[in-house]
Amino acid sequence: MIELKGLHKSYITGNNKLHVLKGLDLIIEQGELISVMGSSGSGKSTLLNVLGILDSYDEGYYKLNNTLMNNLTEKKAAHYRNNMIGFVFQSFNLISFKNAMENVALPLYYQGVSRKKRNQIALEYLDRMGLKEWADHMPNELSGGQMQRVAIARSMISKPKVILADEPTGALDSTTSLEVMDLFREINSSGITIIIVTHEKDISEKTDRIIYLKDGIIESEFISKN
Amino acid sequence: MFDIDKWQEIFSTIQKNKLRTFLTGFSVAWGIFMLIVLLGSGKGLENGIHSNFDADAANSIWIFPGQTSIPYKGIQPGKYVRFTNEDYERLKREINNLERISSRYDIRGNDLISYKNEYGSFGINTVHPDMEFIENSFPIKGRFINNIDIEKSRKVAVIGDLVEEALFKNGKSPIGEYIKIQGIPFKVVGVYSENSNNDGERRRVYIPISTAQMIFDGGNRVNNIALSVKDMTLDESKQFEEKLKASFAANHNFDKEDDRAIFIRNNQENIKEFQNAFQGIRLFIWVIGIGTIIAGIVGVSNIMIIVVKERTKEIGIRKAIGATPWSIVSSILQESILITSFAGYIGLVLGVALMEIIAKNVPADSMMFKNPEIDMNVAISATILLIISGTFAGYIPARRAAKIKPVVALRDE
Ligand SMILES: Nc1ncnc2c1ncn2[C@@H]1O[C@H](COP(=O)(O)OP(=O)(O)OP(=O)(O)O)[C@@H](O)[C@H]1O
Ligand SMILES: [Mg+2]
Repeated sequence: MIELKGLHKSYITGNNKLHVLKGLDLIIEQGELISVMGSSGSGKSTLLNVLGILDSYDEGYYKLNNTLMNNLTEKKAAHYRNNMIGFVFQSFNLISFKNAMENVALPLYYQGVSRKKRNQIALEYLDRMGLKEWADHMPNELSGGQMQRVAIARSMISKPKVILADEPTGALDSTTSLEVMDLFREINSSGITIIIVTHEKDISEKTDRIIYLKDGIIESEFISKN
Repeated sequence: MFDIDKWQEIFSTIQKNKLRTFLTGFSVAWGIFMLIVLLGSGKGLENGIHSNFDADAANSIWIFPGQTSIPYKGIQPGKYVRFTNEDYERLKREINNLERISSRYDIRGNDLISYKNEYGSFGINTVHPDMEFIENSFPIKGRFINNIDIEKSRKVAVIGDLVEEALFKNGKSPIGEYIKIQGIPFKVVGVYSENSNNDGERRRVYIPISTAQMIFDGGNRVNNIALSVKDMTLDESKQFEEKLKASFAANHNFDKEDDRAIFIRNNQENIKEFQNAFQGIRLFIWVIGIGTIIAGIVGVSNIMIIVVKERTKEIGIRKAIGATPWSIVSSILQESILITSFAGYIGLVLGVALMEIIAKNVPADSMMFKNPEIDMNVAISATILLIISGTFAGYIPARRAAKIKPVVALRDE
């Protein structure tokens, strides 16, 4: 499903070059539920952004579904982001002037699904998140947990192969966090690969496999007790 | 290209970002509005002042005899200059760029004119055929005085449409009827009208000068000569005037520096001066108009840059969920085109409406302001220019924003 080999990534700011990912090797199978842990600045977000084709990498390769994700045209990249990947951000990243339903429906807009149909599908997903009554609320009228569930619904609506979540519970209290994790488990049980970046041990313990990043390489890996 | 769903998406974006929409639209609407008001007012002013000139040919020159004021070759000042047919013939020979010429003899006595039981007093003008073009008195029925009338000294008359109205109350066509001038019947051969503010210009009766001189004891006397020459510059026109004066001075024995011996009214000069003045005003209006448009362009451009900047994060989000760069650029541009077109239209309508209101409220006989016509081509071109520049101004930052990596766009706050 996901295959990384000798993946390198540096940030260049002015004259400084910051080597963040230093030769990552990683294979993730379809249907896995994985968490990525590591200290702050270890490159977790960087890794996830590369996986989500939101950022480029320098060396090595990244294959998604056996396709090399390198030097993609913007159009191709957009296609993969739209069809293969769902992204959940720590800060939700909902569009502020669209209501919950429209936010969830947006990926389908870029697939050319008609307005009526995509709004209907969005409502179904919101229903699954227990947010049907909030469909016509604007993001600023929602709580953090609600916004994150809207964002998760949005990441799911295009039926991606993989959902990437960067600290999805970072802005939530512990009860809400656990609810969100239950949701991810449920989504995962439908066969979607899920990769979650987190700081919190009890979050990572809800996943099947835990990867520790340190200094730009995978330091260790655990299969969770679940 | 016409994708309803895309337009719905754009409409909902516009609806939910009212301030931004208003700002973009306002600079366009204001620019167009100002341009129209400016062009309309300029035109109104020009038309108003132009209406002060009577409807005579713009390049006509009128020569009237006067009284000498400078002694010349032993002749005391105070001598009356008298024009004769010879002056008319001489000018006809001497002026090589002559276009039209007509002399006039003023009939003594009353100017009462009658037709059957109707009568009234009207200006009687004795003329040559060319007067038709010098006065711009074009026949609407029948014909004007012609050369045969002059040669044969026919008793024919061409009357103004207001004369017809006054005398021919029974609705009968005046052509072929006889009107009486000082008791002498003249056959009406034509009715003319003039495009003029001044009713007096349409209350005249033209008769051949030769007939008038013969019947009303004129001999070969001429009271004034009107002529027009082919287009001249202001300088040429002034020189021409000098030459005219010299010619009369030589033939009538007066000092050519004497400015009371004959009088020359040079419409060409007046109109040229007016035109020069208006060229200045027009230029001024254009400079301001172009300035307004440039301000509009700069305004739209700035707003588009800010709009795109403001939307960077949104663009990042859209890209992260699969928007292609083109879909982003095109939706920003379509939004901008929609807003600028609509705003341009509003500006156009408001500007035209204001000019209409002004035009309605200016008194009809105003000598200052009249018919503030707006050149729609200019207004529409200006709107299109603003739309294009708004689009262009939006394109560059939109293109840049759509190209940046989603991570970078998302980090934007
Ligand atoms: N766009 C960037 N330009 C320059 N340096 C960057 C950029 N993004 C991240 N970095 C640096 O790269 C390193 C890795 O950042 P990254 O965001 O991947 O860390 P992380 O593991 O997600 O940390 P955290 O747990 O705090 O989110 C950090 O030192 C960070 O300062
Ligand atoms: Mg991070």
